[in-house]
Amino acid sequence: MTQPLLEIQNLHASVAGNEILRGVDLTLGAGEVHAVMGPNGSGKSTLAHVLAGRPGYSVTSGTVLYHGRDLLAMPPEERAREGVFLAFQYPVEIPGVSNVYFLKAAVNAVRKHRGLPEYDAIEFLALVKQKAKLVDLDEDLVKRPVNEGFSGGEKKRNEIFQMALLEPSLAILDETDSGLDIDALRVVAGGVNQLRSPERSMLVVTHYQRLLNYIVPDFLHVLVEGRVVLSGGKELALELEEKGYGWLEKEPPAVALSR
Amino acid sequence: METTNSRQPSSVLDLTEREYKAGFVTDIEAETIPPGLSEDVIRLISAKKNEPEWLLAWRLKAYRHWLTMKEPAWQNVHYPPIDYQAIVYYSAPKTKKDAPKSLEEVDPKLLETYEKLGIPLRERAKLAGVAVDAVFDSVSVATTFRGELEKVGIIFCSFSEAVQKHPELVRKYLGTVVPHSDNYFAALNSAVFSDGSFCFIPKGVRSPMELSTYFRINSANTGQFERTLIVAEEGAYVSYLEGCTAPIRDENQLHAAVVELVALDRAEIKYSTVQNWYPGDKDGKGGIYNFVTKRGACRGVSSKISWTQVETGSAITWKYPSCILQGDNSVGEFYSVAVTNNRQQADTGTKMIHIGKNTKSTIVSKGISAGHGQNTYRGMVKILGKADGARNYSQCDSLLIGDRCGAHTFPYIEVNNSTAQMEHEASTSKIGEDQIFYFQQRGISAEEAVNMIVNGFCKVVFKELPMEFAVEAQKLLGVSLEGSVG
Repeated sequence: MTQPLLEIQNLHASVAGNEILRGVDLTLGAGEVHAVMGPNGSGKSTLAHVLAGRPGYSVTSGTVLYHGRDLLAMPPEERAREGVFLAFQYPVEIPGVSNVYFLKAAVNAVRKHRGLPEYDAIEFLALVKQKAKLVDLDEDLVKRPVNEGFSGGEKKRNEIFQMALLEPSLAILDETDSGLDIDALRVVAGGVNQLRSPERSMLVVTHYQRLLNYIVPDFLHVLVEGRVVLSGGKELALELEEKGYGWLEKEPPAVALSR
Repeated sequence: METTNSRQPSSVLDLTEREYKAGFVTDIEAETIPPGLSEDVIRLISAKKNEPEWLLAWRLKAYRHWLTMKEPAWQNVHYPPIDYQAIVYYSAPKTKKDAPKSLEEVDPKLLETYEKLGIPLRERAKLAGVAVDAVFDSVSVATTFRGELEKVGIIFCSFSEAVQKHPELVRKYLGTVVPHSDNYFAALNSAVFSDGSFCFIPKGVRSPMELSTYFRINSANTGQFERTLIVAEEGAYVSYLEGCTAPIRDENQLHAAVVELVALDRAEIKYSTVQNWYPGDKDGKGGIYNFVTKRGACRGVSSKISWTQVETGSAITWKYPSCILQGDNSVGEFYSVAVTNNRQQADTGTKMIHIGKNTKSTIVSKGISAGHGQNTYRGMVKILGKADGARNYSQCDSLLIGDRCGAHTFPYIEVNNSTAQMEHEASTSKIGEDQIFYFQQRGISAEEAVNMIVNGFCKVVFKELPMEFAVEAQKLLGVSLEGSVG
């Protein structure tokens, strides 16, 4: 097997002194889509933010290799420039900074890092037009300040739109389905599916099986109390839908199914 | 959710030394009088400038009045007492003989100084289209593009020269907007002012270029007391810009300027300031005390005065560029960005005095506080009894970076006419950790994130600046806030 894209080993992390991740092991190959499910408070979102390098989350032990490099040693902006993208569960509003200006700065920061020429305004606008179609994003939203006054659905579309522009090699989707009605979910999932490629791995964090009907993962992991207690194929999602998480919390299976 | 904003305050707030790029000292031979203030010193300054008797009398009247006054204490800034006897009231670079007649005679070291500051005094290249009057310590050292301006009848020269060549104009307008007894610092300035710019736009003339004055304090222990007077006659238009810098010194230096603007019928004066006096180091050592009185009189009908200021420098800023809206239908505007980082303190705002009918004023103030900076907006809108149909719109926004700085707003409104329309909006926001992380997650550094947010916050003010300077102002803001996030 070639080198995995992401290799998480025995990852422990805490927030404000509380240990949330208690030894996560997870490996993603290039082009694979992995779903991480689990009950509330199991550490799913913490895992997503630790990978993105959010301040305030301290890693107490364990390693994360990304393309074979120590991901945890990189500052958050470097992780982003190296191709790690986090679609936020709650995208923050940035008043006074237009979406298009923000994105141009982001895309050019990434391109510069990769030794590519930066886009000028005209090139960038053409790119925006093309990518906005992917998630059916109203062009008006492109000109407005980042996320300001966007509806919940618009914010999530904007996240996927950003992902399309930044072309990450590892996309982490943090509860992208939360707060979306079924139509918005279809649009967002449709955008994500179009971005699936052999060069792009995805880590889809979700509480509900529903999203996985639209974004069908190659592998699924169940996180309980900061550990992966069960891993399997996509059919595992249906089993979880039926049984809930309760049985896993009460008596974790002795042996996790291997992938 | 586990992802609430639980970050320790350490990283956003780490303050490192900011870089003040204009902090060099020019080694030039100067003629400096001993420190101290007395009637003799005032007579000496007046004699050095070969002033007419009436001007000396005016200075002395101001001085005697100043002696009866107390330094104001109402402002929201704190500083040790100023020893007015320790200040040098006159310092000028030595020239071979008299004032230089042309740029060729200006000391090359001075030209170099201004080149280094990005203000070329040679009439060419980058700032072509902008006439510059350069004031170095107490005197004006050069004024560019004078010939071209003279062709259309515009007088643009140093204040001292105006006193010699156009005494009737100076005498007619000096002290008519800011009287010699106006306030403590204005009275001091009236007594000891050494130079400044004078600008006269005759009836019906639109200035073909931007006019600007560049103030530079160089000598140690020297106060700078310049005086600017701009008169726009009927239907005239001028856009004027001033910039200021000073070397890095451990001692505080006093800058007490007065600016008077007069706009007659349908005249328009646009006055922009990019103030970058040395702000002191990160612990608050050194820096300029900037106590400035700026006021414009819209004397004529439908006249307009617009103040735009970007205040990034000085240890202490105390200034309230104001408009007296006397002519019917006259318009006053005030657009301000004030930044306080490290230990800087600013108490700044405006006064809009509505006297004439249908007068209109707009106030947009953007205060940014970082580090331990304290930023105060203080403004007054006064509608007098006869000002039927007066309107004011005020917007005061504060942006906080970190949690050790402060923003304060003191808007005073006095309305004596029931037909007045007043609108006031205010907001305070903070650059959050989660906002900065959002930028970082998209590949943009924390520093750049702050820049982008701050520039977005100030956009409405920057667009009031002449184009070349809007770009400068943006860069300057970036430098001023350098190190405000770690």
